[in-house]
Amino acid sequence: MPTDIIRPMKTRWLRRLSCAVAILLSFAPLFPAHAALTIEIIGTGATQLPIAIVPFRAEAGLPQAVTPVVASDLARSGLFRLVDSGGLNPLPHDPQDLNFSIWRARGADAVVIGTIAQLPDGRYDVRFRLMDVTRQLQLTGFAFTASAAQLRLTAHRIADVVYEALTGAKGVFSTRIAYIVKKGKRYELQVADADGYGAQMVRWSDEPILSPSWSPDGMHLAYVSLERKKPVVYVQSLMTGQYQAVANYWGSNSAPTWSPDGKRLAVVLSKDGGSQIYFIGTDGKGEPRRITFTSAIDTEPNFSPDGELLLFTSDRGGSPQIYGMPVKGGEARRLTFEGSYNVSPRFSPDSKSFTFIQRNGGRFNVAVQDLATRQVQVLTDGVIDESPSFAPNGRMILYATEVRGRGVLSAVSSDGRVKQRLTEEAADVREPAWGPFPK
Amino acid sequence: MTRLLTATVLLFLLALAGCATTPSEQAGAAVEDRGKPVGPPGPVPAKPAPDTGAKPLVDKPLGAAALTDPGNILSRRSIFFDFDSNLVKDEFRPLVTAHARYLQQNPGAKIRIQGNTDERGSREYNIALGQRRSEAVKQMMQLLGARAGQIESVSFGEEKPRATGHDEASWAENRRADIVYQGE
Repeated sequence: MPTDIIRPMKTRWLRRLSCAVAILLSFAPLFPAHAALTIEIIGTGATQLPIAIVPFRAEAGLPQAVTPVVASDLARSGLFRLVDSGGLNPLPHDPQDLNFSIWRARGADAVVIGTIAQLPDGRYDVRFRLMDVTRQLQLTGFAFTASAAQLRLTAHRIADVVYEALTGAKGVFSTRIAYIVKKGKRYELQVADADGYGAQMVRWSDEPILSPSWSPDGMHLAYVSLERKKPVVYVQSLMTGQYQAVANYWGSNSAPTWSPDGKRLAVVLSKDGGSQIYFIGTDGKGEPRRITFTSAIDTEPNFSPDGELLLFTSDRGGSPQIYGMPVKGGEARRLTFEGSYNVSPRFSPDSKSFTFIQRNGGRFNVAVQDLATRQVQVLTDGVIDESPSFAPNGRMILYATEVRGRGVLSAVSSDGRVKQRLTEEAADVREPAWGPFPK
Repeated sequence: MTRLLTATVLLFLLALAGCATTPSEQAGAAVEDRGKPVGPPGPVPAKPAPDTGAKPLVDKPLGAAALTDPGNILSRRSIFFDFDSNLVKDEFRPLVTAHARYLQQNPGAKIRIQGNTDERGSREYNIALGQRRSEAVKQMMQLLGARAGQIESVSFGEEKPRATGHDEASWAENRRADIVYQGE
């Protein structure tokens, strides 16, 4: 592994970064939401990797500190234990300054070091290296150029790189989440960073908004609004803020979800009677193509990321259960058999399992079922848990729950060990959806 | 400015409607009785809707004023359902029948039936359950002579609860279909 910063990788990362920055800047026509979500962590992973995050050179006095964000990202995942870097003078910033024995004595397996320098154009050059204490070598390192406004995103990118280098799974710290906030009689569709910061209001209404669904490229949201005194499906660009009704047929229109190629939506329409699943174009043009043909309820469609299977909730067997159906057409197969109420299926990113809500007694909880073995694991123990969705790396599931009568967002690791709670003061937060990796 | 105008118009309409909302409020207080077949909840209208069943075409059609006349059954707009059921109970047949006849006599009249559910369970599944309730009412009205094009069945699911408590009384109040006339 070269000890110098890897140039080709760097440009690739910069390209990704600038793209993500473009997305963030695209929120300019929208309004910043007032309160930030704050995160509470409950539980930790089975094993936690001890890591030290050393404050970067020239970090003091920056408009946005970088290493505290990296540290809180990693800690929040439950997979890392932060090792104190205090009491060292001078602090190491470059590999040649690093005394590995000190860090081994403190119990750290890995150390993150780095530097920040302001460029003549006012932007910042942020460089970091992830060092392996045991093997005494550099695992990875990158350089970023960022404006002051991009420093927090840069910190998430660094956390993503560290997370991937040490756990093997891609980090999701620079991804975003969408959710609905209810404040009094006002409903807001918001998008925030995965750590709850930087919340932006996408849309507000005095009528309920529900069921936000991310386009696979993370550039659009589909959702349901009751602003026309009935459920209508909208698609909104996060770039321009423009929105349009894409399903506004006679009756109710709801439960939008994107196909993995981003070319169509599955929605639930009642125009022909009952609640049935249809495919429509993402621009709302053309005739809806009906997919289910029952007199039962068929709703909550969700595509497998490989595009093969469509999951949905149906009460065709007498109680609401989850069914799977080939997207190309064919017979629907019942997938859930435990209990009398299994709803809200969402695929895992590897298409091998799905998360859903299972009623156990009077409780509604998040569960995961393996498609091949049909093994079910219940992951949460709230009273009313709703709307689960996987993080794009499959390691966490975001869901809505209630604490003291108020809606809050929570996340649970897919093994059930780590739980996080995201809360906002004086508001009901609900209907979360975890966005895709930035393209 | 527009909102102010809307609010003013709404206030005006509310004033016009008078006690149009009263019957449902009273029904709310008597919620525990709703499941029992003891007849319609709340006060029985002093003047029942005219019997138009025999020869509806020669009867003088009811004017729109009847829709908000608290003495007329047409001012009652809510049909309540049992848990996990979309069966229109006998006690609501007179109400559904009266609205079906009104639609038959006023071919230009249009309504939306808004289905609602209690707060338990998946929001999207509840949209579908509420839809089933509003369609059950629509179907009955069609059998009684209303035309399909006059009635749009929609659902609010659990999104617009009338009662905000987390108990059986509130849930029963929210398992409901409401009839709303176009222009109201």
